Amino acid sequence: MIPKPRLLIGLDFVTAFLFVVAVVMVFFYAPLEAVMGQVQRVFYFHVSTAWVGMLGFLVAAIAGIVYLTKGEEKWDIVGVAAIEISLVFFFVAIISGSIWARPIWNTWWTWDPRLTTAAIVELIYAAYMMLRQGIEDPDRRARFGAVYAILGFLSVPLTFISIRLLRTIHPVVVGGGNPTAAGGFDMSSKMLQTFFFSLFAFSVLFIDLLWHRIRLGTLAHKVEQLRMKDID
Amino acid sequence: MSDNLRDSYQVTNPRPLTNFFHAVWAVVWKDISAELRSRELISAMFVFSLLVILIFNFALELDARARENVTAGVIWVTFAFAGTLGLNRSMSMEKDRGCLDGLLLAPVDRSAIYFGKAIGNLIFMFLVEIIVLPIYTVLYNVNLFVPGLIITIILGSLGYVAVGTLLSTMAIQARTRDILLPILLFPLVIPVLLAAVKASSGFLQGVSYDEISPWLNILIVYDVIFTAIAYMVFDYVVEE
Repeated sequence: MIPKPRLLIGLDFVTAFLFVVAVVMVFFYAPLEAVMGQVQRVFYFHVSTAWVGMLGFLVAAIAGIVYLTKGEEKWDIVGVAAIEISLVFFFVAIISGSIWARPIWNTWWTWDPRLTTAAIVELIYAAYMMLRQGIEDPDRRARFGAVYAILGFLSVPLTFISIRLLRTIHPVVVGGGNPTAAGGFDMSSKMLQTFFFSLFAFSVLFIDLLWHRIRLGTLAHKVEQLRMKDID
Repeated sequence: MSDNLRDSYQVTNPRPLTNFFHAVWAVVWKDISAELRSRELISAMFVFSLLVILIFNFALELDARARENVTAGVIWVTFAFAGTLGLNRSMSMEKDRGCLDGLLLAPVDRSAIYFGKAIGNLIFMFLVEIIVLPIYTVLYNVNLFVPGLIITIILGSLGYVAVGTLLSTMAIQARTRDILLPILLFPLVIPVLLAAVKASSGFLQGVSYDEISPWLNILIVYDVIFTAIAYMVFDYVVEE
């Protein structure tokens, strides 16, 4: 067994530290939002988890392309690792969004484009996991997973655009103001700092988790190979 | 069928492009002649579509006013469900007796098999749609023979089949093959279904073309992107 790399141990500590700082910033550094009050603080982690989710799906699509062109096992491991992590983070984003939406929009859920797209994205990658579970041959599983990760990622923008053509009420806080959005707000500089720090902390967390998951995937791959050898 | 296959073999090598189209046509013709003998697929899809429409009648209380709004939704859900049935059957037919392996052994470009199967699936889907539309028109007294609607149905079916053929090829090679296809397919074709439903209901309600054209554009973009992607990755899906 390969010992845990020094760099990874270091990264673990850095991630934990950044995360604690982010939590402290969210609760004590960022000012209270005037209209929405405390519940607005969910926003920092909500956007960060959604960002990590999309980042992971992008990584998986790229890993899929590389796997199909090069055929190296490790890219499949990267792809499945990224999707597994992102599936969880994206789910957290949906849940935290619901927590925010209850007092602000007066409902847990509404069929707004972003919410609907998020639900569909979650379903696409749940289907990805089911596809992988249904195939025993590791080589075929990797190929199909790569193909589906690419298809899924390509369909997301189209889904978003098509649902966006129906009206939206989701606030666009960063870049562009939508006057019909309910619950939008302007960020003060302290809020912006907290926001970007959260994004940064979650990105580092993603890298850390991805690294761990890739190591786990490599080990699982070895176990699978040993078992195959045993059967032969 | 054998005549046709022989034809396609006789023109090997000297003109590869003609050979490609011959191969595509051979696969399409194989599916059509198999279907002409058994009539399993079309009849199953047709009866299933009728049942879905009937169930919607009870489930949605399709009175005159409701019909105006939900007709487009009902027909597209019907096509989507019937389409899954057809896609699953058309591919598992290949897998069951090792036909797929036979096709893969043929000295033609793999994408010819994809386009052949896709065109075959498209033909079956069109046939079902051609039967369902007049029946729906008669049963619910809604005129569905609007030129725009026909175009929407063609564009929507294209996108649906382009992705569906690829995914059904994947699904039948999995252990959970019968249940896997709709789970894989539906989240990916949501843009198609949404745009098709919106465009269809636009045409049925006589909305101006300016309001419908974005939906048609989405359909066209989806068709182009996903046909191209399916063409590129099909090799990896059938590789052994």
